[in-house]
Amino acid sequence: MSERVLMKGNEALAEAALRAGCRNFFGYPITPQTEVAAYMSKQLPKVGGVYMQAESEVSAINMVLGCGASGKRALTSSSSPGISLKTEGISYMAGSDVPAVIVNVQRGGPGLGGIQPSQSDYWQATRAPGHGDLHIIVLAPSTVQEMVDLMMGAFDIAEKYRMPAMILADGMLGQMMEPVEIPEAVDVSKIEKPWATNGHRNKRPHNIINSLYIEAQELESIVKARFERYEQIKANEQRAECFMTDDSEITIVAYGACARVAKNAVRAAREKGIKAGLIRPITLWPFPTDAVRNAAATTKTFISVEMSMGQMVDDVRLAVNGAVPVEFFGRTGGVIPTPNEVLAQIEKNAGGTK
Amino acid sequence: MAIVFQKPKALADVPLHYCPGCTHGIIHRLVAQAIDELGIEGTTVGVAPVGCAVFAYNYFNCDMIEAAHGRAPAVATGVKRGNPDLTVFSYQGDGDLAAIGTAETVHAATRGENITVIFVNNAIYGMTGGQMAPTTLPGQVTQTTPYGRDTKIAGHPIRMCEMLSTLDGVALAQRVSVDSVKNINIARKAIKKAFENQINKRGYSIVEVISSCPTNWGLTPVEALEWLRNNMLPYYPLGVYKDITAEEAK
Repeated sequence: MSERVLMKGNEALAEAALRAGCRNFFGYPITPQTEVAAYMSKQLPKVGGVYMQAESEVSAINMVLGCGASGKRALTSSSSPGISLKTEGISYMAGSDVPAVIVNVQRGGPGLGGIQPSQSDYWQATRAPGHGDLHIIVLAPSTVQEMVDLMMGAFDIAEKYRMPAMILADGMLGQMMEPVEIPEAVDVSKIEKPWATNGHRNKRPHNIINSLYIEAQELESIVKARFERYEQIKANEQRAECFMTDDSEITIVAYGACARVAKNAVRAAREKGIKAGLIRPITLWPFPTDAVRNAAATTKTFISVEMSMGQMVDDVRLAVNGAVPVEFFGRTGGVIPTPNEVLAQIEKNAGGTK
Repeated sequence: MAIVFQKPKALADVPLHYCPGCTHGIIHRLVAQAIDELGIEGTTVGVAPVGCAVFAYNYFNCDMIEAAHGRAPAVATGVKRGNPDLTVFSYQGDGDLAAIGTAETVHAATRGENITVIFVNNAIYGMTGGQMAPTTLPGQVTQTTPYGRDTKIAGHPIRMCEMLSTLDGVALAQRVSVDSVKNINIARKAIKKAFENQINKRGYSIVEVISSCPTNWGLTPVEALEWLRNNMLPYYPLGVYKDITAEEAK
């Protein structure tokens, strides 16, 4: 039976991972994702699972690689500076087709930055989550309920395409409490992973999990095949919430906690007679290009609203491809924009249009 | 007719890429032999390093994972914790284990991670063409210590077995060599014990194998073994640094 409870975002993420059949967590302490690990350290031993506090984020992600390679659902959780350390392992997982889920509860950067909510790891998550030609699936919840829902599906999508998936949250979502519906646990015992390195038991040829290809042509063909898979993902997995976009002339694009602020601003703009709307990407990679393009039919100006200096705005511009202007509004360093600030930006861009 | 010698079944029937006179081939064989004797090929997962043994995933018939440089103990930990019924070993060189992967090594050891570690120490980075390793001897000439390793600048070599033997999680820390038949036999027994310890859930077992690198040492295979005996063994004395099963037997 599913149950309705009041939970912190970070704890909801952890509980959802358990319900999704994940029994292996490898982490390293960092604010503001602390509760994910704390929750796992309490719950996993009760269900015969593995909670491991590694010696570093580098080790934690490589433990995830080993565990994922052996066919198990493995999770790691961190915040921005820790994710930088994990990029090595993420690249190797992408290069050797190992599925796993990585949580980034973003905080301000660069460097040690701060510990307040931020969305300044968008480029890292969608452009360079590791060295080499690669992508990972990036899911962006905007409520505690969506933390649960996206985590429930994250392992499935990671395993379907044999690649890492990231939940890109932020310190606000991680720390806030909301009522959530926790779904029933899923049975993962029947999932077959014929590629896994879990002992050939003298029943099959040995499996190798590897990202090294010395011959340039061979590496090229492996990477090209992987990019064909990426094209399928772009075609099948784009997700976005479209709010009042049927006739919107000023269309905001915002994700995560920032989208909640933007939605309030859109409502306030509508009350003032401005045809505003919101596209909220739920998948950041693949970016919901189709939703943005569709909205371009009525939109006179797009505004990307972010808790960064403007990162996702690049993808909005690529999707819009010059058809109409794309503006940016954001706060960074851990500062959360207010609905009034966003409304002021909408009004500024609306100009005379009512 | 009685078979007196054959290739271990766990060793793939493919040409190895190692240089003439390199001892990796012997060590691969000893690992495969232990896997055969214990009948565990079907339930063993090996983790290959970055370094000369980077292609080890092609040389063993058990399931294999190629790890990032130094991360083999972390990868092995992930496999083992998720699948305690599997036998998991890492095969690592000196740069991999004692430089870039020191943290992973020390913490896997102190956790008593129930894995088997084969550590090949030839005092040099072989794959990249002979740079200074964490185990390069004082005064030793390498590509990046062209005037000999000056310990005032480059620091001192690390004796891993001695260091790891101080940790409570370690079941076995033994240094062996494969420079002679007598020493190969000692190495064979040590490697087998390192796997048996894992099967018996005893914790972290490491066998350090002092090895030669004729190519990067600039010596013939025979001279290299002579150099190993004259220079490496005095700095890295062979022997058992920790063995909880032997202590219990006393």
